[in-house]
Amino acid sequence: MMQENNVIQVKELTKKFGDFTAVDAITFDVKKGEIFGFLGANGAGKTTAMKMLIGISNPTSGEANVAGFNVFTNAEDVKKNIGYMSQKFALYDDLSVKENITFFGGIYGLSRKKIKEKSNALIKELGLEKIANHLVGSLPLGWKQKIAFSVALLHEPKIVFLDEPTGGVDPITRRQFWEMIYKASHEGTTIFVTTHYMDEAEYCDRVSIMVNGKIEALDTPKKLKEQFNAKSMNDVFLKLARG
Amino acid sequence: MKRFIGFVKKEFYHIFRDKRSLFILFGMPIAQILLFGFAITNEINNVDIAILDHSKDVTTQEIIHKISASNYFSIHQFLEKESDIESVFKKGKVKAVLNFEKDFSKNLIKENHSTIQVITDATDPNTANTISNYVNAILQSYLKEQNKNSKTPYQIIPQTHMVYNPELKSVYMFVPGVMTIILMLVSAMMTSISITREKELGTMEILLVSPLKPFQVIIGKVFPYIFLSIINAVIIIVLSIFIFKMPVQGSLFLLGVESVIFIITSLALGILISTISATQQTAMMISLMGLMLPVILLSGFIFPVSSMPVPLQVISNIIPAKWFIIIVKGIMLKGVGLQFIWKETLILLGMTVFFIGLSIKKYKIRLE
Repeated sequence: MMQENNVIQVKELTKKFGDFTAVDAITFDVKKGEIFGFLGANGAGKTTAMKMLIGISNPTSGEANVAGFNVFTNAEDVKKNIGYMSQKFALYDDLSVKENITFFGGIYGLSRKKIKEKSNALIKELGLEKIANHLVGSLPLGWKQKIAFSVALLHEPKIVFLDEPTGGVDPITRRQFWEMIYKASHEGTTIFVTTHYMDEAEYCDRVSIMVNGKIEALDTPKKLKEQFNAKSMNDVFLKLARG
Repeated sequence: MKRFIGFVKKEFYHIFRDKRSLFILFGMPIAQILLFGFAITNEINNVDIAILDHSKDVTTQEIIHKISASNYFSIHQFLEKESDIESVFKKGKVKAVLNFEKDFSKNLIKENHSTIQVITDATDPNTANTISNYVNAILQSYLKEQNKNSKTPYQIIPQTHMVYNPELKSVYMFVPGVMTIILMLVSAMMTSISITREKELGTMEILLVSPLKPFQVIIGKVFPYIFLSIINAVIIIVLSIFIFKMPVQGSLFLLGVESVIFIITSLALGILISTISATQQTAMMISLMGLMLPVILLSGFIFPVSSMPVPLQVISNIIPAKWFIIIVKGIMLKGVGLQFIWKETLILLGMTVFFIGLSIKKYKIRLE
C-alpha cells in the first residue's frame, strides 16, 4: 500500500549488532517535499537507521521503502534517487571545487554537458567564481559544507539525506545553510536531516526523536511542544531523554 | 565506462598532487636500485690490509705478491711484531692483518702444512667475512698452482672449501629482490593507504551511497596503481640492464607477464589490508611490518632460504615475494621459460585468488 505522497516508508525496521539492538522496530513515513528532522542523542541509533535507509547497511528485520524502492532488494535504484551528505562534508581536499563537482557528477552518470551546466550554475549561485579552481582543502569549513550540500543535490535526487550537516560551523553559517535547505525543499526535494541542535529542530516540518533505538515522539515541532507541555524543542528533548 | 574514466582521473589527481606519494612511487625505486647496486654491495675492492710475516721466506713472499696483485687488497703496511696488530686496527684504515707463522716454508715442505692467521676487523661483520673468504680463495689458488708439481699436497691452515667465483656480482642478486620490494610496496602499500584514506576522510561512505558498486570503487582505485607499477617495473629493468649490465637471458615478454601477475597479487594484498585497517597509519604499519620485513628477511632476497632454520623455511612459502624472486631470477639469470616456472606462477595466481576472495568476504562483513 504505497502512498504517492510518502517518499520514505519505514516499518518495524530493526538493526541488531549481536545482542545489542541499535535500532528497535522503528516505523515512520516521510512525505514528499518535507523537511524531516531525525533527532536523538549520540548513540540513540539515528546514524545506524539512516545508513539502512541509504543502502550501506543491511537491516536485521523490517521493511523500508525509499523513493519508491525497497532498500533490501532494490538498493541500486534507491541510490540513484537519493543524495547524501555526511557529517564530515566529505569532499576531496586535493581536488579543486570544479574537479570535485565534475567527479561527483560523473559517478552519478551525468553527461559532460550537464555537469558543465550544473557546475557553472552552482559556482555562480554560491558566488564561488574566484575560488572555483582552488583546492577544496584550502577553503573554510562553511564553504566546504555548502559545496558538499550542492554536490549532494547535483543529480537532482528526490530525497537528500543530511547527517548532522551543521556540526562545527558557526551560527551565521548554520543559518545560511538552513536557507539552502529551505530552498531545496521549495524546489520539491525531500530533506531528511539528523541533528542534535535542538534549535534546528524548530526549522523542520516534522520531527522524530529517537531514544535508545526507538522513536519516542513524532510530530510537528508545534504539536510536540504542546504534547510535552514544553517551551522549546530543547525541553521536549530533555523530558524525553530523562524518561 | 565514462564513470570509470572519471574515477581513474580523480585517482591520478590524488597521486600527482601528493609529493610524498609521487616520491614513493618514482623516487624510491630509482634510489633503491642505485643504492643496492652501488653502495650496498658484498664485493670488496682495494681493501687495505697489513702483513705480519714471521718467516720472510719464498713462500710467504709469493703469497704476499699474489694477494697484492689482486684488485681486492692493497697492502698498506708491513708489521714487525704482534703488538703492532692492535694499534694498526685502532687506526681504522686497515681492515685485515695476515699473520704468517714462523718457518712457514719449512713447515709446508716438512710437515705438509703451515698456518696463516687471518685477522679481520669485525666491526663490519659482512666485510670481515668477505675478506676472509677472499683471502682463503687466493691461498687456495696459490696452493693449487704449487701442488701441481709435488707428489704430497701442501696445506695451508685455515683451509677453505669455498669455490671462488671471480664474476660474483652482488647486483645480480639484488635486482630481483629490489624489483620485488618495490612492486610490493607500490602496489600493496599505496593502494591500501589510498583506500583507507577514503575511509578516513568519509568519502568512501559517499562513494558507497552513490550508484557505483563497491567493486567498481575498488577497481577504480586500484587501476592507476597497476599502471604505475608497470612503469616502475620497466624503470627497474631498464636501469638494471643499462647501468648494471644485468643480463636478461630469458624472454622479456614472460618477465613482463609475470610482473603483472605479481603486481595483481600485491594489489589484492593491498585491498585485503585496507579492509582490515581503519586508518592510513594502520594500513602503512601493516604494509611495512607485515609485508616489507618478511619480503626482506624471508623471501630469499638477502638471506638464502636454504640456509634458514626449517620453521622459517616453511613460513617463507606463504610469502608471495619468495615465488616471484624465484621467477625473476629464473628468467633474468638462467633464461628459463614458462615450463620451469609454471609452478611458481600457479602459486602466485592461487594466492591472488585467495586474497581477493578473503577481501570480498571481509568487505561484506564490514558492510553488514
